[in-house]
Amino acid sequence: MNSLAKPAGWEKFFWPLLAAGLLLAVWYYSVVWTATKVFPSPLSVDKGLAGLLHKHVLWADIGDSLRRVGLGFGAAAIVGIPLGLTLGWYPALNQVVNPVLQFLRPISPIAWIPVAIVFFGVGDRPAVFLIFLSAFFPILVACVSGVSNVPAIFRRAGRNFGLSPAQILTRVVFPAALPQILIGLRIALGVAWLVVVAAEMIAVDSGLGYLVIDSRNSGKRYDLVVAAMLVIGLIGLALDLGFRSLEKIRSVRWGFRHES
Amino acid sequence: MATETLKTPSGLRSKLRMEHVSKVFDRDGKSVPVLDDINLDVSEGEFICLVGPSGCGKSTLLNLTGGFLAPTSGSVTIDGQGVHGPDPRRILVFQERGVFPWLTVEGNIGFGLSKLSRVEREQRIAHYIQMVRLQGFEHTYPSDLSGGMKQRLQVARALAVNPDILFLDEPFGALDSVTRLIMRGELLRIWQTERRTIIFVTHDIDEAVQLADRVVVLSSRPAKIEDILTIDIAHPRNISSPRYLELRDELLRKIGLAYTV
Repeated sequence: MNSLAKPAGWEKFFWPLLAAGLLLAVWYYSVVWTATKVFPSPLSVDKGLAGLLHKHVLWADIGDSLRRVGLGFGAAAIVGIPLGLTLGWYPALNQVVNPVLQFLRPISPIAWIPVAIVFFGVGDRPAVFLIFLSAFFPILVACVSGVSNVPAIFRRAGRNFGLSPAQILTRVVFPAALPQILIGLRIALGVAWLVVVAAEMIAVDSGLGYLVIDSRNSGKRYDLVVAAMLVIGLIGLALDLGFRSLEKIRSVRWGFRHES
Repeated sequence: MATETLKTPSGLRSKLRMEHVSKVFDRDGKSVPVLDDINLDVSEGEFICLVGPSGCGKSTLLNLTGGFLAPTSGSVTIDGQGVHGPDPRRILVFQERGVFPWLTVEGNIGFGLSKLSRVEREQRIAHYIQMVRLQGFEHTYPSDLSGGMKQRLQVARALAVNPDILFLDEPFGALDSVTRLIMRGELLRIWQTERRTIIFVTHDIDEAVQLADRVVVLSSRPAKIEDILTIDIAHPRNISSPRYLELRDELLRKIGLAYTV
């Protein structure tokens, strides 16, 4: 395949499907040849998945995980975007707060688990708190750098047309920073989806993370473990694709590299 | 006397006046003089081109008159009033990337018109879209426009708020030479239909001689006004007429360049 040649329509689907098929085949024959009793083959995972769907537990778990991510991510966006815009707008303030933020940022949300339990006990709230933490920093950082990267020429044009500082923030700085803010939100959503699984392994008894750990603990059902993993992957992919479609909105599209 | 001070040498009403304007920047604790005792009187409706070696302070001068910078000493007055900060009555047009990429052509032109009623705003937008010949591109985003179209859009956005003065900072500098020539013609046409005072910074001698009523020649830094050249050719100008070539050569000499390559 020539990298300059446009792939034909069928090739766009054929090659990825072939790769996926090969991977499944490697998985299947590895299980068969090693005669493992622990790790499931694709076929038993498929059966496990069907069983989960049949018993309706899967939909409830997916719903619970999505709800927690929605709450934590939503709260992180509600707090992080205005705070990030403010810090980007007042560089002096940012210099004061930035060292603390940079210090907190590399601490894995997982390390916060004990703290979350002390603060919030068990149940949804510590899980939502962990997701909030994990999503908060990428959003904040994207907003701060988004605002400080707004070309001075735009702010000057805003001032020239007689805008007040508040109007410059809403009519110039925010739309100019929006593509970068969207990138931050997308990264944050990805991280939140990673963290929800870990968060659900403690302190709650529902959700996809709980499904993974519970399937292992109650009878070493590795077919269900892997089935849950596949579902987690699929939903993560769907969330990312859904978010990416926002980048095609016309008023932000200029900020992303698209062919054409 | 009062009326006397409002007259320029050409006898027209004075619009913009710079008296003993100096600007010193402070860079890393060192003071860098950029402008030195600039005196200039611009009459209403006049087209002034500022030329000079690159980095001499042409843009600084424009920023002072636009109110984005304050002079270190001296005064800048417009209609007899001191300039203290930017004002929609005088709009600065930048070299490139000045239009807002998140707004359509319509949105950009309407940017400074939020105080108008919807009907008025739409009329104003339609009028200027017509004037800069962007009909059919009303809902197009700048990323889908050519460089020349973007600059026309920027000029339209500036004109839409009905300013008395337009400051243009090398507005065609990033365009190819053919587009540049077309844009000059367009700018002259617009200037002749809607008479505004224009201060136009350029490093292109031909551009200055083609456009200006008067060309202000600045020296290298700290910039002083070296000379002011009146371009006494009526529009449309024949750019191979003897007078044109004479003025161009004179201008080249003044900024210290030979006119052979």
